[in-house]
Amino acid sequence: MENTAISVELRSFIARYYRADLLKEDDDIFAIGFVNSLFAMQLVLFMEKTFDIKIGSTDLDLNNFRSIRAMVQFIDRKSAEATSKD
Amino acid sequence: MSIKRIGVLGAGVIGTGVAQSLAQSGYSVILIDNDETVLEHALKNIAQKSRLHKLFAKAGNEIVDPEVILQRIQTSSDYNVLSDAEIVIENVTEKWEVKKKIYPQLDAICLPHCIFASNTSAIPITQIAALTHRPDQVVGIHFMNPVPLKSVVEVIRGFYTSDETLQVVKDLLTNMKKDEIVVNDSPGFVSNRVMMLMINEAIFVLQDQIAPVEDIDKLFKLCFGHTMGPLETADLIGLDTILYTLEVLFEQFNDTKYRPCPLLKKMVNAGLLGEKTGQGFYSHYHV
Repeated sequence: MENTAISVELRSFIARYYRADLLKEDDDIFAIGFVNSLFAMQLVLFMEKTFDIKIGSTDLDLNNFRSIRAMVQFIDRKSAEATSKD
Repeated sequence: MSIKRIGVLGAGVIGTGVAQSLAQSGYSVILIDNDETVLEHALKNIAQKSRLHKLFAKAGNEIVDPEVILQRIQTSSDYNVLSDAEIVIENVTEKWEVKKKIYPQLDAICLPHCIFASNTSAIPITQIAALTHRPDQVVGIHFMNPVPLKSVVEVIRGFYTSDETLQVVKDLLTNMKKDEIVVNDSPGFVSNRVMMLMINEAIFVLQDQIAPVEDIDKLFKLCFGHTMGPLETADLIGLDTILYTLEVLFEQFNDTKYRPCPLLKKMVNAGLLGEKTGQGFYSHYHV
């Protein structure tokens, strides 16, 4: 999936909880203060299902989920790992 | 008293969280529910949530392998397996009709020194204690949701709750790395007496079309610094539990200010219960 498409998918997910239209690619969603545990768990499950990746214990680092850009890069990396194993 | 084996009665949202949190703290847990399917779902939920727990773990918190957590939890639909438990934490549906049948059964099955902790949302602890022959060993422990992530618990001292019972509960919570705030007995205690009114009024505001769901929650998060807005909180707790708790408060105080919002009743009737059914005020991914 193209990075722009990933970003659009992520934004549409975030928009269910928050007004994501004003969110910039590098905005720290934790610093803005709209992240809670329910949202974060839903986000991880959404990413696994939508982008067909397995988020392992070592990936569960908030830095991977801090901004739209960080999430796109993380999904890119996980997808590449999965492809190289196939 | 050194507690090793703890019974957790009711494998709904909060009971599942209590079982996970106890197992993470090294306790051997017996998780009981009448419904085997609910128990299966609870174990899946614990595996998933304990995997994601690492995301929120604060420095110094030990991360326990989900496999290890599951090994510490035994499930059953038979209350008799509680016969060797030293504490039973009850988390069944927030309805007096349900609770009043359970406590006499527990009283007959459990060890004489076993403590009964009710994780009720609003029913007075003294009223629950009157169902047993051990009112001094009945206490309220109001865990907050999600249990493994919340570091403070509301503890309720019933009319007859003894100092010894309170001490056992405090020691248990210390081992679970949680602090407690002890309050006196009253319907809804402190937290739910206030919070349920706030959630109910937020639903009235939505019903009256004063603002959309996201904006109602955002006002609380961004203006008041709440971690979650009232409607998100309702989704997390479960709209059925919110409704039952309001009904208990309404009945206990005989005060119309606790009347449940018609939109809340409609959503519960429609099965839109929040995170647990995948749809409430928000859509949710199922675990």
